[in-house]
Amino acid sequence: MSLDNLTRRRMLGLGLGALVLTGCGGGGGPRQAAQQTTASTAAPTTYTGPAVSLAFWNGFTGGDGPFMKRLVEQFNAAHPTIKVTMNVYQWADYYAKVPAAVAAGQGPDLGIMHVDSVATNAARQVVLPLDDVAKALNLSEADFSPPVWQAGVYKGARYAIPLDVHPLGMFYNKTVLSKAGLDPDNPPKTGEEYLAALEELKKAGIQGHWATPFPFTGNMQFGSLLYQHGGQLFADDASVSRFAEEPGVQALTWLVELINKGYSPKNVGQDADFIALQNGKAAFNWNGIWSINTLRGVKNLEWGVAPLPQIGTEPAAWAGSHQFVIFKQRKPDQNKLTAAKVFINWISGHSIEWAKAGQVPARKSIRDGAEFQALKEQAAIGSQIDNLYFLPSVAGIGDASAVVDQAINAAILLKKSPKDALTEAAAKADKILEQNRKKYGA
Amino acid sequence: MATLTAKAGTARATTPVAWSGRATPYLFMAPYLVLFGVFVLAPAIYGLWVSLHDWDFLLEGRPFVGLDNYTALFDPASAVYGDFWMSMRATGVFTLLSVPFLVVLPLGVALLLNRPFRGRTFFRGLFFAPYVLGVAVVCLMWRLLLDPNLGLVDWLLGTDIAWTTSLPWGWVALVGVTVWWTLGFNGVIYLAGMQDIPRELYDAAKVDGAGRWAEFRHVTLPGLRPVMLFVVTTTILASANMFGQSYLLTQGAPGGETRTAIVYILQQGLAQYKMGSASAMSYVLTLALIVVSVINFRLFRGRS
Repeated sequence: MSLDNLTRRRMLGLGLGALVLTGCGGGGGPRQAAQQTTASTAAPTTYTGPAVSLAFWNGFTGGDGPFMKRLVEQFNAAHPTIKVTMNVYQWADYYAKVPAAVAAGQGPDLGIMHVDSVATNAARQVVLPLDDVAKALNLSEADFSPPVWQAGVYKGARYAIPLDVHPLGMFYNKTVLSKAGLDPDNPPKTGEEYLAALEELKKAGIQGHWATPFPFTGNMQFGSLLYQHGGQLFADDASVSRFAEEPGVQALTWLVELINKGYSPKNVGQDADFIALQNGKAAFNWNGIWSINTLRGVKNLEWGVAPLPQIGTEPAAWAGSHQFVIFKQRKPDQNKLTAAKVFINWISGHSIEWAKAGQVPARKSIRDGAEFQALKEQAAIGSQIDNLYFLPSVAGIGDASAVVDQAINAAILLKKSPKDALTEAAAKADKILEQNRKKYGA
Repeated sequence: MATLTAKAGTARATTPVAWSGRATPYLFMAPYLVLFGVFVLAPAIYGLWVSLHDWDFLLEGRPFVGLDNYTALFDPASAVYGDFWMSMRATGVFTLLSVPFLVVLPLGVALLLNRPFRGRTFFRGLFFAPYVLGVAVVCLMWRLLLDPNLGLVDWLLGTDIAWTTSLPWGWVALVGVTVWWTLGFNGVIYLAGMQDIPRELYDAAKVDGAGRWAEFRHVTLPGLRPVMLFVVTTTILASANMFGQSYLLTQGAPGGETRTAIVYILQQGLAQYKMGSASAMSYVLTLALIVVSVINFRLFRGRS
């Protein structure tokens, strides 16, 4: 990260690395050569070529956008020859627009992708392999956490460099807990404690945990519970779905039981669970770490956040991860590629600023640093880092997991039993997985 | 372009009038035809070609699959059968429920707004106002108002109705919001149509001793027939293409039952990149809409 230990020789090696990366972007051929050459290149921490401008696209439309914008401005100020311009789209638009832009030769230089979109975009040749970037930046699994780092690998090649991890955490309303006679500074940690707390809340006339039927964050709660019960959403190679097995049924049943036992109202609407936490109608809400800044903005709200309680036999939590990707260009430009590496490395090294936007930095050194530990809420959620699950890195996996959303919706709205909903969904998901194997090649 | 033709016409002195006369209409239509061809006709034909392939515009392999994308829609064992027909059903239900309200209510509103009274302009503006709002604004606002557990509507009514997450209330909400939102548009068209009905007809009706109801039945309604045909046709098509309300207000809940065909086709084509399959679905939907439109035109013609 520091700029001092840079030599001319390293710079030379850097240029070479970029050149080779260019080569392998064009077609699958020269990849082997790339791996051999780039192993010797050093970390690119500065850029000495002619002035370049980089287009950086992402979907940080929420409270996280200004943080990233400030980081980009700082980067530009520190690097006079690189001008990064950031464009923000809604994520849904972004994922539709970027492939079209790349296909038309109008794609941005680099961007951010959620980890479960990386494989699909790698298969569709929207993003370039980045093994040599990882090597050039001296990044390895040890710098991150294994599941986060592995999640960016598709068919043996790395396509993404992790920026952050955003797990689910248990947010709680301290005022509501006090009202029910519970200790607001010692929220439940186990399944028994959790249900006992919900029972106390019920006696006080509060429905403690609103079970939402919608993907935000119903499917994340379901997934967390499923992994806590020792299950998996899909087989490791995504050959078949496994969410309809016993752990999945247990997980979904547990959520539906919240309603049957009166701990949650029926028919919870979109975002109503999160609103209920804020206006004191609910005590708990399992939500993403990105909620931190939203809750900070709510006046007179006494809240806290802790890791998810362990309901099943092992700790587990859903997490997403924003990862850097470099887009394929019609005419690759080595200077831009070098500059992009410098940018990725710089932002990654400064990701403590990004953590303040409500994220857990992917980089271990920053996560373990005192500065991150001082961010109390982020650190609490970040403590789950070794228990996070990610979808298998298989092209089109999102198509199959969307089917799960529909099953959760039907079950939590009491239209179908958890088992029936999941079994039907599994049959459909298996067909989609098979189609995708045919489409993208197994 | 027209002047050019005229000049070219006079140059050939033998048959000037006939030549320019024959070309003129086409030349006038040319700008539109070019746009129509490039942006409607060509993509439509291209879509037919796409629907015969396993098509992803970013993959090099786009195998020709013949009619497989179509047969999958009629094969209960396929991955798309259940969801596609559920979405077609949702589109059908929404169209059936919303069109009568969107045709009749605006007519009533237009009748009222066509009478002279104080503040008429204000009320005309008031009824049209929601139409200028975007679908996102309308749906986000109503989603909060109609929230099953926190919403103002249930609180005011003292009820416990899950407007956005259960059936049949989901349909009531979707239709109700749509009517509130787009009523003004059809209303304005009716109003314009009413002002085109000659005053003399009403005078003649009065002379014949017609009351309010007879005036409406024998003068206003027949006078509005062409307008009515337009309103019914465009309303059916607009309802059949409903997207935003289902996407935002209910998000397809419960279990995808209020997800419309357009939402599902979009998910197939642009989220899963199965453009061949999505094109085939579009063609099936289009075919259904053509049939409905033909019946609609027949009905209106038959009555005259």
